[in-house]
Amino acid sequence: MTPSPSNDNPFAGDNSGIQKRETAARWALRVGSYIVVLITLAIMLHIFTKGAPVAFQSKWPFVNTKFLTELPATLHVIEDQQGNHIETDVNGADAIKKQLGDNFRAEKTISYSGGGILGPIIGTALLVIVSVGVALFLGVACAIYLSEYAKHGKFLEMVRLAILNLAGVPSVVFGLFGLGAFVLTAPKFVSVVAERSVLAIPLGFTTLSFEGWDTCVLSGGFTLAFVILPVIITASEQCLQAVPQGFRETSMALGATRWQTIRYSVLPFATPGILTSSILGIARAAGETAPIMFTAALAFKDKLPWQKDMPPLPVDASIFAHWEQSVSRFLGIFTESVQALPYHIYTLAAKIPQNEYAERAQYGSVFVFLVLVASLAASSVMLRKRLRAKYRW
Amino acid sequence: MAAETPAPADTEPLIQVEKFNYAYGDNQVLFDIDLNMRSEDVTALIGPSGCGKSTLLRSINRINDLVESARVVSGKIKIDGIDLYAPDVDVINLRRNVGMVFQKYNPFPRSIFENAVYGLRVAGVKNRHDLEEAAERSLRAAALWDEVKDRLHEVATGLSGGQQQRLCIARAIALQPRILLMDEPCAALDPIATARIEELIHQLRGQYTFIIVTHNMEQAKRIADRTAFFYKGRLIEEDDTMTIFNKPRDPQTEAYITGRLT
Repeated sequence: MTPSPSNDNPFAGDNSGIQKRETAARWALRVGSYIVVLITLAIMLHIFTKGAPVAFQSKWPFVNTKFLTELPATLHVIEDQQGNHIETDVNGADAIKKQLGDNFRAEKTISYSGGGILGPIIGTALLVIVSVGVALFLGVACAIYLSEYAKHGKFLEMVRLAILNLAGVPSVVFGLFGLGAFVLTAPKFVSVVAERSVLAIPLGFTTLSFEGWDTCVLSGGFTLAFVILPVIITASEQCLQAVPQGFRETSMALGATRWQTIRYSVLPFATPGILTSSILGIARAAGETAPIMFTAALAFKDKLPWQKDMPPLPVDASIFAHWEQSVSRFLGIFTESVQALPYHIYTLAAKIPQNEYAERAQYGSVFVFLVLVASLAASSVMLRKRLRAKYRW
Repeated sequence: MAAETPAPADTEPLIQVEKFNYAYGDNQVLFDIDLNMRSEDVTALIGPSGCGKSTLLRSINRINDLVESARVVSGKIKIDGIDLYAPDVDVINLRRNVGMVFQKYNPFPRSIFENAVYGLRVAGVKNRHDLEEAAERSLRAAALWDEVKDRLHEVATGLSGGQQQRLCIARAIALQPRILLMDEPCAALDPIATARIEELIHQLRGQYTFIIVTHNMEQAKRIADRTAFFYKGRLIEEDDTMTIFNKPRDPQTEAYITGRLT
């Protein structure tokens, strides 16, 4: 340090360029962070102010149950001579028109914007169940193999590269892949082979025909599974790697096989992280639109997946007498096409003319969607906390 | 297991290392090791870091097989005359007979009881009574029983460092192995906990054949019957502990034990 006789304090700041640059850098970074926070808040506020009034109401039970428990329907808006607007569904329209008589001025119909969004909620739930089930099974299996069994080398690097690339594939590509693979060619057991079948293998009692699963929950769920697979594999592998190597060595030194070691001394301690990543995968799967457009989702459907034109099973007999039928009806849910929240929002925004009623339905759906995803994320954080506390090392 | 085979005569060494060469990939770390270890002896392996003593130790229960590039270049390690690297040797059976305690005490984050019986569980023992008996026996043997008998089902990571390491010893001897390998078992412990582990080794002397890697020469003096000094992947000298420390034949050994070689 150079002595400065003019100044008594050798540690005093000198207002040099260095300090100015330091201040400037700090402020630039700070402002950048503030902008991010502001934008996030703006999005939340926007959705909340426009969506919350749709999902909630001022009267008991404060939640708009109609919006959450009814299927989407066409909204009929009837205007009288005084300019009042009456909202109703297709059944109510005629009665109201009759009641108004000469007072009737005009009627508008707005597709998809009436009723509620139960159909999309159920559809999204089913798609998420299938996709997370498939992705967890494949993803964790793959992660365990990569982390615990595979030897380092060319092959392993290629697999990792493939997984990375999979993560970078645009989701609409997955959609097209799902259309080709699951909707049109996936194998299934049939008694009568469809004309479009690529390959049919007779098995005696039935035929394995590569004719696809059609547009249904299964096709969409499998497609979504491949979208979230890279996330689940990468995260699971990281969680497995985070388990101390000492556990593996100790376990093997005590005479455990590799699988026993994984089963008792690696997986239990990696599970919290794997579950967290899978719940984040749920949020991703629930939000994707493109992969389900061609594989599972319908813009409009007036039935829930389990509402079919079938005679109800007799209730008097024991349930076991009909278990086969019950099971096949239950599985039938997964071979139905469904509505899904993100696709419903897309439909409301892109497929119909915009007006206040369509916008209301849009924001209501977006709000419910956001709340669902946020609660999933919150539950993943809580789950991780609880499991972490249990398995601490 | 141990009890079924009678101990061989004192003249016959239990473990014979013959012209053993070992490498990680192209990097050879052990050169022509010839070393015999007698049954029921405590043998200390000493030497500066990277001299290969841990590698030799980890080759005796073949835990080093887990290291991907590790390989035997040539030579043999025999227990009772049986080559451990022969193709018909099942490493699982080998490891049940050759227990190991690691440098960093690392009980599983499970209950004390589950840690103690881990080896038996993976060996397929299901009977609750057998497991409880084995847990008590091994915890008593590891001088831990009185401290933990009232909280067997609490998580093991709540124990003190010294207790955790004794639990690791209990867990290893629950399988009643003949040989107990210890890789710097006191390196992570304070002096009092270290003293307790050494005391424990004294108590167990005669029941197991101990091979202990240590950086602490005072410890080697206190607990070992025989001491082997390794340097740069070679066995420099092996003899009675007293001889090694009082009258080393090799100048390198002398330099190491007097702190002039690191």
